[in-house]
Amino acid sequence: MMGVSGVRILAVMAKEFKQLTRDRLTFAIMLLIPIMQLTLFGYAINFQPKRLPTAVLVQEDSRFARSIVSALRNSSYFAFTRQARTPAELDKLVRRGEAQFAVTIPGDFTRRVARGDHAQVLVEADASDPSANSAAMAALAALPQQALAHDLTGGLAARGQAQPPFEVVIHNRFNPEAVTAFNIVPGLLGVILSITMVMMTALSVTREIERGTMESLLATPVQPIEVMAGKLAPYVLVGVIQTAVILVTARLLFQVPMQGGWTGLTLGTALFIVGSLALGFLISTVATSQLQAMQLSFFYMLPSILLSGFAFPFRGMPGWAQAIGEVIPVTHFLRLVRGSLLKGQTLGDQWPELAALTAFVLVVTALAMLRYRRTLD
Amino acid sequence: MSLAIDVADLNKSFGDKHVVQDLTIQVAGGRICGFLGPNGSGKTTTLRMLCGLLTPDSGRGACLGFDILSQAEEIKRRTGYMTQRFSLYEDLSISENLEFVARVYGLDRRGERVDEALDHLGLAGRRDQLAGALSGGWKQRLALAAATLHEPQLLLLDEPTAGVDPKARRTFWDEIHALAGRGLTVLVSTHYMDEAERCHEIAYISYGRLIARGTAAEVVAGSHLVTFHGEGPDIDRIGEEIARKPGVESVAPFGAALHVSGTDRKALEAAIAPYRREPYRWDEVPPTLEDVFIHLMGQAQDNYP
Repeated sequence: MMGVSGVRILAVMAKEFKQLTRDRLTFAIMLLIPIMQLTLFGYAINFQPKRLPTAVLVQEDSRFARSIVSALRNSSYFAFTRQARTPAELDKLVRRGEAQFAVTIPGDFTRRVARGDHAQVLVEADASDPSANSAAMAALAALPQQALAHDLTGGLAARGQAQPPFEVVIHNRFNPEAVTAFNIVPGLLGVILSITMVMMTALSVTREIERGTMESLLATPVQPIEVMAGKLAPYVLVGVIQTAVILVTARLLFQVPMQGGWTGLTLGTALFIVGSLALGFLISTVATSQLQAMQLSFFYMLPSILLSGFAFPFRGMPGWAQAIGEVIPVTHFLRLVRGSLLKGQTLGDQWPELAALTAFVLVVTALAMLRYRRTLD
Repeated sequence: MSLAIDVADLNKSFGDKHVVQDLTIQVAGGRICGFLGPNGSGKTTTLRMLCGLLTPDSGRGACLGFDILSQAEEIKRRTGYMTQRFSLYEDLSISENLEFVARVYGLDRRGERVDEALDHLGLAGRRDQLAGALSGGWKQRLALAAATLHEPQLLLLDEPTAGVDPKARRTFWDEIHALAGRGLTVLVSTHYMDEAERCHEIAYISYGRLIARGTAAEVVAGSHLVTFHGEGPDIDRIGEEIARKPGVESVAPFGAALHVSGTDRKALEAAIAPYRREPYRWDEVPPTLEDVFIHLMGQAQDNYP
């Protein structure tokens, strides 16, 4: 029986350390991932998003209406980006996700305040991402007490003494009970597809390189696009099955609403699956081992989860993080899935996301074909 | 007979390593050409350039009449290439591997061809076994069957029998000769001298340069090497002493005998003169191919600083 030898431990340790430092990509990723995580978690994530895009429909041009708008703006939670002219236009802005809030000040507002006759301001909130709204909602609660404080003078001073001069009616659209699962489960479709699709193909090509079978494959007349198409096809099927399983589970276990938008959803899912697989293929042309392929896939997954609006409200992120988020395919896919299932968006609402996903497929496929080596050079 | 391989001035560098330098080689159709040279001498790189897996930095030429630079696809279609490392799919069965190859080359009568190949290999009964489960010798025979399934005109084999037992090697070479008999041209790299002698002709490269070419006998004769064969009790113990003497290029023990070689006959005779006494016995013998190769290796300039 031999004892434990420090020298032998040291020998193994020194060998491991040398091997570790020699794989430069692994080394770089090990250093980059903590930096990336710290930056993302530290700067990009904000649970109290401010200056959320808000559309307003003012049906009477009055002092009171202006005061309410400016009170909302002063709360710093609302940024008035759109002025709607009709209720239909307002509705479209919310459904397309261009506005997080829609504020309606009705035509008889001033008259009702003056009469003390249940004056109301309607605030519709896009609750498809409930966590984005909570801080802004809290700010709304104080609005009736303060908004008109300077305007209620003279004969109207009595209004707002016993009870607030008006009431804010909040209408949570798309997810009225603010069920978190309604937001998370459709989002998971994007995240799960990303993880499996990207990693599957990334591994499938590097595996051939590692095992040496690539050399034989390259010596045959098979063309790069043929290799790529042949390698991706089985995983497209895997992706379709995964999508079906997730959607059925979402419905049966979580009662996630399915409002429609099936054409856009089908198209978008197909594009997203193919794009993610092509991205995996692209990764495999860069990575020289399966380990590296895994690491690069992980490197892609991190911002896809954190900056896409999956885990944290997209609008809560600072501008630079939103800009990065906009180039991440998952971001667009998530909007599309949530838009379809929760909001019942039509193709007319979804075309920007579908265009983004098409660009994703084209750019990644082109890059993969450029990078794929037909020789061993 | 037309030339199956006819390339000139091939060059290839990886980084600052000039792996193949101004290589010119011609192989006539239907011949088996042994491709020899020490490790790292550029054999694999040359084979890869011939079948379009690597692009030469410079040079010109043709394989099977197709330009190696512009018609790599045509060459690939008509060439079988067997890699040094087993490169079939270990997680596919024997017949699945062959079927895959048949499909990739777009062959007709796929099933028939695969069955024929399996019968020929004697693997018909084990067709559903995973290729990874085969022994080294069987793997190489399967790889050869896969590389020749599309009936290529040129076969490039990269150390096909490394680590294979002598009986399996013999079977393998019988097959290569059978293929050559049908008109196939074979360029095969190897480190085994007995295999070199089985080739119609040999090409020896060292440090990326072709330094000897011809039949085995021609290469031996062309070396102008003189070899003395010494025998006697414990003769291997005096080997080191002899090796230090001027004019001695190599000393190789063969069991209880010693081969002392050099190109300068006088110096060589002087070197062994002190030992030309009882109990030792010396005879001049024709140098073996191995003696010649070790001599050639010693002559070549190392291009790695």
